[in-house]
Amino acid sequence: MAVTGLVLVLFLVAHMLGNLKIFTGAEDFDHYAHWLRDLGTPLLPYGWYLWLQRGGLLIALAGHIWAATMLAVRARSARPVRYAHRKKVQGSYAARTMRWGGVIIALFVIYHILDLTTGHLNPIGDPSRPQANVVADFAPERWYVTLFYTLAVVALGFHLRHGAYSALRSLGQQTPQGERRARGLALVFAVALSVGYLVVPFAVLLGLVR
Amino acid sequence: MNLTLRIWRQTGPEDKGRMVTYQVEDISPDMSFLEMLDVLNERLTLAGEEPVAFDHDCREGICGMCGMMINGNAHGPQRGTTACQLHMRQFADGDTIDIEPWRARAFPVVKDLVVNRNAFDQIIAGGGFVTAPTGSAPEAHAAPVAKAEADAAFESAACIGCGACVAACPNGSGMLFTAAKVTQLSLLPQGQPERYTRVIGMVDSHDDAGFGGCTNAGECTVVCPKGIPLHTIGRLNRDYLAATAKHTGRS
Repeated sequence: MAVTGLVLVLFLVAHMLGNLKIFTGAEDFDHYAHWLRDLGTPLLPYGWYLWLQRGGLLIALAGHIWAATMLAVRARSARPVRYAHRKKVQGSYAARTMRWGGVIIALFVIYHILDLTTGHLNPIGDPSRPQANVVADFAPERWYVTLFYTLAVVALGFHLRHGAYSALRSLGQQTPQGERRARGLALVFAVALSVGYLVVPFAVLLGLVR
Repeated sequence: MNLTLRIWRQTGPEDKGRMVTYQVEDISPDMSFLEMLDVLNERLTLAGEEPVAFDHDCREGICGMCGMMINGNAHGPQRGTTACQLHMRQFADGDTIDIEPWRARAFPVVKDLVVNRNAFDQIIAGGGFVTAPTGSAPEAHAAPVAKAEADAAFESAACIGCGACVAACPNGSGMLFTAAKVTQLSLLPQGQPERYTRVIGMVDSHDDAGFGGCTNAGECTVVCPKGIPLHTIGRLNRDYLAATAKHTGRS
């Protein structure tokens, strides 16, 4: 869970930083998208690096979902008779929403790939003009796209808040001071990443990026 | 105080069980929760009904026998307290109180609120001991222990094995108990020889007993009457990682 999660987190950071290129202009953003395909050449043929990365991410994602499913199955079988009266969250809200949050994020990722990678659900869907695709996506009249995006990113923020903290614990974080640090770090990281992702659609929505 | 109690009644392991409502009157706010149940049981006995079975022994919060879900809270609403040390002044006149046994596959209900916690013994049998001959208490300075280590080991050793951590865990995991029992030994010199076989043996026994997996949700440490901190599980994880790196075989 922790190891596969950290691989996915590395990707999330890189992806967010790439997204922010939209603020330096359409040309920069498009150039970045093309560079991703060009990366590794001439050692690798054109586009291979991206496919290698996708393969790696898919393995990490499969491992992550498999581990989560195992935990959920074990949790279900560990309590065959449910409580008639169950107190709500006493530990952490983020921890309790990991499973459904994960499902929301997974559904969003599928939509996101069909939208901005393959272009099927995008109003423009032109792979040679990624910046135009993004701007068309978050246009004010397509407010529901922005809403879903925001929902998914907030779910991701919660997921990361507990996920990052829990991963550090799984990898052996063991002192009270370390626990406070890990909690703080996870919160700051989750907020920073969520904000980094959300500024793009809202900048488009408010007409700051066209 | 007059209270409405909804109590889980189950005649035996095979019975399906159900919540039954009882009224109790003239309860003193200075009674403990178990004394309040004693009052109910006296009345039930006089009326020729079966009294409510519940576990209890020392009634001073150190034996770990009592334990029940009170309004969905393991050991009731007061933190750092076992059910026997919980007083009725924590409730208001006219309250309805739901009382249920610990719910976990590894803790099957024996009768009413009594559960079988043998699964914890199984975890201890998986490695929660030292095999060095102990004899009488050794001279205190024979094996020096740093103050910080001694304090951390003592913190873990405060675990009374009541099972509240399992009862509260959304995953039905017994990892806080296991971690406490692993670290009370792994932090001390006497526990070093078996440190790494112990952690693997105990975690394996934990999983075999039918407990769920830990997801660091943190519900356990909130209800723990002895306040075993969540980072104890981090110490277990650290030992487990070291053990799996060092030893490939099981204990």
